[in-house]
Amino acid sequence: MSSEEASMTKTTESTEQEAPQGAISDFGIDTTSQSTGEAIRDYWARVRGGELGSLPALLGLVVLLIVFSALSDTFFTLGNLANLLQQGASITIIAMGLVFVLLLGEIDLSAGTASGVTASVMALHLIHNGNLLGGMGDTVFYVFCGLLVLAIVLAVVMKIWAGAALSAVALVIAAVGIPANAWLEMLLAVCVGAAIGCITGFLVAKVGIPSFVVTLALFLVWGGVVLQLIGQGGTLGLRDDTIFNVANGNLNFVGSWALFVIAVGGYAAVVLTRHFSRLRRGLVAQPTTLVLTKIGALAVLAAIITYALSLNRAPSNLVVIEGVPYVVPLVLVLLVIGTFVLDRTSYGRHVYAVGGNKEAARRAGINVERIRMSVFVIASSAAAIGAIVYSSKVGSVDPNAGGGNTLLLSVGAAVIGGTSLFGGKGRLRDAVIGGAVLAIIQNGMGLLKQPAAVVFIVTGLVLLLAASVDALSRRRAATAAR
Amino acid sequence: MSEPILELRGINKSFGPVHVLHDIDLVVNPGEVTALVGDNGAGKSTLVKCIAGIHPTDSGEVLFNGQPVQIRGPRDAADLGIEVVYQDLALADNLDIVQNMFLGRERTKAGLLDETDMEQAARKTLASLSVRTVKSVRTQVSSLSGGQRQTVAIAKAVLWNSKVVLLDEPTAALGVAQTRQVLDLVRRLAEQGLGVVLISHNMNDVFEVADRIACLYLGRMAAVVSSKEVTHGQVVELITAGRSGDLGIARPEAATI
Repeated sequence: MSSEEASMTKTTESTEQEAPQGAISDFGIDTTSQSTGEAIRDYWARVRGGELGSLPALLGLVVLLIVFSALSDTFFTLGNLANLLQQGASITIIAMGLVFVLLLGEIDLSAGTASGVTASVMALHLIHNGNLLGGMGDTVFYVFCGLLVLAIVLAVVMKIWAGAALSAVALVIAAVGIPANAWLEMLLAVCVGAAIGCITGFLVAKVGIPSFVVTLALFLVWGGVVLQLIGQGGTLGLRDDTIFNVANGNLNFVGSWALFVIAVGGYAAVVLTRHFSRLRRGLVAQPTTLVLTKIGALAVLAAIITYALSLNRAPSNLVVIEGVPYVVPLVLVLLVIGTFVLDRTSYGRHVYAVGGNKEAARRAGINVERIRMSVFVIASSAAAIGAIVYSSKVGSVDPNAGGGNTLLLSVGAAVIGGTSLFGGKGRLRDAVIGGAVLAIIQNGMGLLKQPAAVVFIVTGLVLLLAASVDALSRRRAATAAR
Repeated sequence: MSEPILELRGINKSFGPVHVLHDIDLVVNPGEVTALVGDNGAGKSTLVKCIAGIHPTDSGEVLFNGQPVQIRGPRDAADLGIEVVYQDLALADNLDIVQNMFLGRERTKAGLLDETDMEQAARKTLASLSVRTVKSVRTQVSSLSGGQRQTVAIAKAVLWNSKVVLLDEPTAALGVAQTRQVLDLVRRLAEQGLGVVLISHNMNDVFEVADRIACLYLGRMAAVVSSKEVTHGQVVELITAGRSGDLGIARPEAATI
């Protein structure tokens, strides 16, 4: 704090008394690089000022890991930990899409059942070998195609080209009737998800119905659509190796370590390039030692995880289960792409701006309606990917797909991770951390043979705790600023 | 005196049956602060919104750099170099200073945000305005004080090589020290050769920074006077009665003779 105090005295006249402590002094500090100690103190000051980020969730994660490892013999085994990753992946992916919606201070209650619709369409296409007309029946098929056309039109009107293109792909796949192919089915699911998002987004952004009401209504509608598509009491089995492997397969030994090299190397390259370019241009940067320490810590952690997961974790000697589960690279890729979009593109900046102050964004020339619609397209597309993962995990799609508490757990994952329901605050990694917390609770309580009642109550209390932390840290930030 | 940068001639504006602006003439010179004063409902904000392109005018001419121009929307005004700093700020709390200053006009390199470039430009602009009260341009706006926010809003307007800056009550919600900062900044804008229009209710502020004072009275331009040639009392009379001695709108009986 000494450097700040020194500069405070330089500008006594103009520094105001109401300024938050530590935040205001001189502008010249910007050009000097920080020492490690200063950087840590700066971070600590921000945490105390209410910018907690995902810190509480990370702490919770560590506590839960320790508690369950102590209470259960099976929890901290390789087999269970890998299983945990596969169990939590679908919720995490849906939550990542929801972060975009939550960033605008909106909510998408229909993401769960919408994901069920995409899963049903995917299963129908697989089972009926591409003949959706036969699978759905005439009326339902024509309504389905009509809705896809509607989605295309709405997306074009709002100039959301990606949404229009994906909806068009869905229409082509549905109309042409290409024979079943696992990759095509998964693409179809994502495209149907995008089309659903176009409709939701248009109703919210252009028609102006509050997102809570729109998505509450659509939650019921899509739930009904899933029932209609699958039929009462029926179940659509997914007998396809590719689809089965999405949530149950593992990378081989070489693949696992290749993933390690790509992930850690890519992270290091991005971080170091930015770090040295800032240093070169004389902008304030974190100390090089701290940056290197961070990269090193991540590399060690990733190496340990990769090594552990590449050991044989099969419970019996009859089979061999080893390698990093496919869901890990899947979640990582989505995380990297999403974070990149949010942090490094104008689109992402505009999402934060609209979430922070809609009116300011409008006056800055941002097309607010387009941004609001687009986040629903992203959320529904992500929900479709989540649907692929959970359908793959259980190997079938039942009439309850995406219903129950899928949606609530996804919103919970985003909020527990530190995304604010008030909008403007949150990152994609929040969804991943929150998803991990929820997966651990569900898995750990299951291993402790707790009844469903206790699992629900504990999950609910954790969510409540996370929401209180958000509300309190907001209040703290508000008082610190004034 | 130099060529006016912005000139309004005979601007009229009605909202339905309500005639808000009557034949307004106003000249904004580069390097000068023109204060726009008037009682509540006199039409100050409406006039600013007409210049900014938010409201279309019914009749009248706008000349920019001596050339007649049509301002049909906020974008047209921004393209000419007319920037408005609104009373209620228009900053996003959850973004930092750089992000706010470039909001909606981000600089990109190969499709990606060019953060270092934007940061340097923002810092240069703040430095050129001698803003020295902000620790880092990466400070979140939510942790700034009211005066600092106003400063950022004004700097944002300046960043775009604007020629005319319109400030709508920039000191209304500020404390003494913060008002001081903002007024200094307004003066510096004029010294940099910009045309500045300052709307204010506070006579002390007006007399401190303005070169000329334009008094609106019930939608008419009562008088445009040099701030050195009038007293505090005369301006208050112009605001409340529309005339003060020889200045202002002529008495009806005098006009008929």
